[in-house]
Amino acid sequence: MNSLLSLITFLPLIGAVVLLVFLKGEDEMAQRNAKLLALFTTAATFILSLFVLLGFDPTDTGFQFVEEGAWLGGLTYKMGVDGISVLFVMLTTFLMPIVIGASWHVTSRVKEYMVAFLVLETLMIGVFCALDLILFYVFFEAGLIPMFLIIGIWGGKDRIYASFKFFLYTLLGSVLMLVAMIAMYYQAGTTDIPTLLTHQFDSETMHVLGFTIAGGAQTLMFLAFFASFAVKMPMWPVHTWLPDAHVQAPTAGSVVLAAILLKMGGYGFLRFSLPMFPVGSEVMQDFIFTISVIAIVYTSLVAIMQEDMKKLIAYSSVAHMGFVTMGIFAFNQQGLDGAIFQMLSHGFVSGALFLIVGVIYDRMHTREIAAYGGLVIRMPVYALIFLLFTMGNVGLPGTSGFVGEFLTLSGVFQVSTWVAFFAAFGVILSACYALWLYRKVMFGDLIKESLKTIADLSGREKLLFAPLVAATLLLGIYPSLILDVIGPSVTALVHHTDSALAAAATTLAQN
Amino acid sequence: MVSLILLLPFFGALICGFGHRMIGEKAATYVATGILFFVCFLSWIVFFSFNGQTESVPLFRWIASGTLSADWGVRVDRLTCIMLVVVTTVSSLVHLYSLGYMGHDENWKEGESYLPRFFAYLSFFTFAMLALVTADNLLQMFFGWEGVGVASYLLIGFYYRKASANNAAMKAFIVNRVGDFGFLMGIFSLYFLVDSIHFNDIFAAAPEIAQTQFTFLWREWNAAEIAAFLLFIGAMGKSAQLFLHTWLPDAMEGPTPVSALIHAATMVTAGVFLVCRMSPVLEFAPGTLTFITFIGAMTAFFAATVGLVQNDIKRVIAYSTCSQLGYMFVAAGVGAYPVAMFHLFTHAFFKALLFLGAGSVITAMHHEQDMRNYGGLKSKVPFTYWTMMAGTLAITGVGIPLTSIGFAGFLSKDAIIESAHAGSNAMAGFAFWSLVIAAAFTSFYSWRLVFMTFHGKPRGDHHAHDHAHESPRVMLIPLGVLAAGAIFAGMIWYGPFFGNHERMNAFFGLPVHHEETVAEGEGHGAAPAEAGHDAAATADHGDVVASETGADAVHAGETAPQGAVFFGPDNHTIEMAHESPVWVKVSPFVAMLIGFAIAYWFYILDPSRPKALAETQPILYRFLLNKWYFDEIYDVIFVRPVRWLSTFLWKKGDGATIDGTINGVAMGFVPFVTRLAGRAQSGYLFHYALAMVVGLILLTLWLSIGSAG
Repeated sequence: MNSLLSLITFLPLIGAVVLLVFLKGEDEMAQRNAKLLALFTTAATFILSLFVLLGFDPTDTGFQFVEEGAWLGGLTYKMGVDGISVLFVMLTTFLMPIVIGASWHVTSRVKEYMVAFLVLETLMIGVFCALDLILFYVFFEAGLIPMFLIIGIWGGKDRIYASFKFFLYTLLGSVLMLVAMIAMYYQAGTTDIPTLLTHQFDSETMHVLGFTIAGGAQTLMFLAFFASFAVKMPMWPVHTWLPDAHVQAPTAGSVVLAAILLKMGGYGFLRFSLPMFPVGSEVMQDFIFTISVIAIVYTSLVAIMQEDMKKLIAYSSVAHMGFVTMGIFAFNQQGLDGAIFQMLSHGFVSGALFLIVGVIYDRMHTREIAAYGGLVIRMPVYALIFLLFTMGNVGLPGTSGFVGEFLTLSGVFQVSTWVAFFAAFGVILSACYALWLYRKVMFGDLIKESLKTIADLSGREKLLFAPLVAATLLLGIYPSLILDVIGPSVTALVHHTDSALAAAATTLAQN
Repeated sequence: MVSLILLLPFFGALICGFGHRMIGEKAATYVATGILFFVCFLSWIVFFSFNGQTESVPLFRWIASGTLSADWGVRVDRLTCIMLVVVTTVSSLVHLYSLGYMGHDENWKEGESYLPRFFAYLSFFTFAMLALVTADNLLQMFFGWEGVGVASYLLIGFYYRKASANNAAMKAFIVNRVGDFGFLMGIFSLYFLVDSIHFNDIFAAAPEIAQTQFTFLWREWNAAEIAAFLLFIGAMGKSAQLFLHTWLPDAMEGPTPVSALIHAATMVTAGVFLVCRMSPVLEFAPGTLTFITFIGAMTAFFAATVGLVQNDIKRVIAYSTCSQLGYMFVAAGVGAYPVAMFHLFTHAFFKALLFLGAGSVITAMHHEQDMRNYGGLKSKVPFTYWTMMAGTLAITGVGIPLTSIGFAGFLSKDAIIESAHAGSNAMAGFAFWSLVIAAAFTSFYSWRLVFMTFHGKPRGDHHAHDHAHESPRVMLIPLGVLAAGAIFAGMIWYGPFFGNHERMNAFFGLPVHHEETVAEGEGHGAAPAEAGHDAAATADHGDVVASETGADAVHAGETAPQGAVFFGPDNHTIEMAHESPVWVKVSPFVAMLIGFAIAYWFYILDPSRPKALAETQPILYRFLLNKWYFDEIYDVIFVRPVRWLSTFLWKKGDGATIDGTINGVAMGFVPFVTRLAGRAQSGYLFHYALAMVVGLILLTLWLSIGSAG
């Protein structure tokens, strides 16, 4: 099983190729086959990925399941996972069958739709497995394309504006990252990520055009990577593409976007910024803290006044990602554990919330909060599930949402009480917007004529929510399932960062 | 056994919430009620058989991240035992009562299933509350803390068709979250200081913390002070203390049994429990204790004044609860933790009784809650009348002065007032006088309630009066049991909670102070039922202390203090309280008589009097009637600015500034984009995507050539 990771990564792509080549026609039968094949492929991918999880040894903090081979013209193809990345792979493979299942009622260009999602899955898994800079870059950037298409073709009314906004924002960040990668290659002479992780990049203070840059080249490279990851996260103030993209994207697109694509930014910080540019990270720590806290408070406030359900959840996503960046840059065990946990948990909770919006959007074709009210009367099962994920979003203990918030806050508290203090306002504000949404949509009397015949969840829909409900509760009650896997790798990362910082300090002192 | 007590209600909630389709609605509610009675039975066994030694039973791991670890577990000590019996007793009685009260609810349409949902919430609440009181670390406590918050949210908003109920539910949750904010900060500071969030570790480290300076926000603080203060913010939210109290009166939107269980007897007392639980830290935080005393006294006074003029029967009792919670905090603030727990214990009985009695009246009067439309109900609902009378006698503190014979509230409230007088912190004197005045107010509004409801002539809709009838037996039995508690609970447990120092030490598992000679000249009558048991407990305890003092000497400063509560070496409040002068001991009784006399004058002798008074004092009357205008003030200083700021950030921040700038930067790009966008039909997008793929491939090739060269 030496090529297990490649198999998982490219299996969806194979499925996509099969669809493209062999499936002809647009009739109902063909559509059905396309859906079934996509579902089968994603399910098979998930089952295969379980073997990775089973074979993964959490105590080994190095890369596992490593594959290496030659690629185009002298480049290397290298894959592998460690404690930080393995669960992101699992998150992706776990969610994709649900995403396909959520698209069961798509009617236009079904084949292309399924192809786009399958290709997207390959690229997303690739991002989390790639151990070569160029390979990572290709996966990272190529992932834009299917998402761009998903929003642009199957999206809502203003899909073109939204997809270009999404595309330009993220691409502009990427260009800077590419420049930094080239610089890294010139400094270290390799694109191999494990080697780069141990390379000590220049951190001497530089003077450019009269500006003093503490941390020197590391800070500059950090900033270049930051430009890309911050947009992906997204961090304030480069978050405004997200609400538009979510609003226009089809339900399944929103789920992937919120649950998986947003995690690439956070993963990037963990894989590159922190271990490779520790000095740069330290220099920028206060800056990141500041904008994270602004993100939490600002976007939570904005969420309170939203009139569109998807926008509200999109803004709450930005706030939750603020906890992630804040936790990562606390540089300690709780902060990092919490950040990873928060990302995974957010994958389940926000994914489920977008599905929840999708359920009533399918029925009523509107996302306007004011168009609903009193749904609990006709839809008790839906109400219960919505309540659970609302509470997950609020960060109620017992749901997975709490663990990440609590750990990141306690990690940050040790570094700066100010940051923790302001970030904790997010705890209050999240209750405001989440309960407000729930109250407006679910509670009240059912007076709107159009809602009087609305139906509760179908069997398919219940099936989609079941794994998400299970994951949210299980991880809330027994978070060790995740913390045990990521713990040793995070500890190693913290040590690595600390010693790299110490080493950089001594080098500087000697000069 | 305690694990069983903890988990059974949870299963009850599951069976009721999900199983009612299989076993039927009736059966489901009976199962939930039956489970609660069984759990209650077990709790009393635990209460009586507890030997004073703190035990911790871990169940399974919860969060473990570096040194931060918290397990699901159960801690049993005297505080837990007290809370166990309070929670399960009131909860089981409320379950039973609800079978009748909620049986035919006119808020629901034909065929709507609400009963199992109600019982599932009640049982879930009980589970969360038990998780709170059995926690052996701060995090599990926080779990319970939030769990009861959710249950409260769901039950306040139980009538989800009503906008007022929904608003009240949200308000309760959000105001509580403000408190939780403090609670979380408190947990973080303690973790930062102690490197653990287990109670034992924290308690053991408390003396050390007290010597530490800790930078929180803009300045350095004494670490124990700041941690205790932050935790108390949490307690203020949950226990509806002044400034964070506004949710409690609104919470009366929930069904009446909920008000009895959650918003009177159990959940709102969680803050008091937290303060008592953290007594080993608080004892090193005199500044925070002073603050607690101040807030408690202010709340007791404030809520009592508002209670004077309310007309909704449930709101009167709600303000009364708020006020009584203030009493408990004063007791804790002056360091008399057992006394706070004593009042918590007795209050649970008589306040639950008053609420359930009010519920019985409300049922009789067809959901009329305005006391102005009551009157003369004594003969219609005699059983309710007499039980509520017992509750009123208990809350106003009727008893024989200078003895320990009296209704529950007489003993516990007087103990608080004596402790406040004996307290040594700067606010104790203020608290003493506030509480005495509040006692007069308490007496006035309680008797006002009784007189307006049961005495005088029937007012309002005579139709409702004609059809008023006594409630069914399932509702009366809980009233009877609680009335017994309201009458006897004080007398039975006076000794171990306050009256008898030796018994108190044994009861709470405290090591015997060497310097302390038990100066108990009063000779309070010990309840025969308890005496034997306590003697046994003392004997057991003697051995434990003997062996453990040896251990203490070895690990000086490393072990947690013994017992459920902790007294610092300078804390002599309870001893001093026993020595209170006679005028102090009599003062609450006098205050009670004054309140009674005025109420009697106003509502029996001269019923036109209150209206005349309100007319001559319009400003004061409005001020009280509008609850000191807290809601209005908060609306102006919090709610509106937040809404304004939110809109501003959204429209001006995100819209004009960020998008505006980015669009501006991309000015050269925008025409290009719009041109593309104008042309782009979905079919064309594939071409762009293709172009991107080609571009990406070219880029890779260029890079690979670069790397090869």
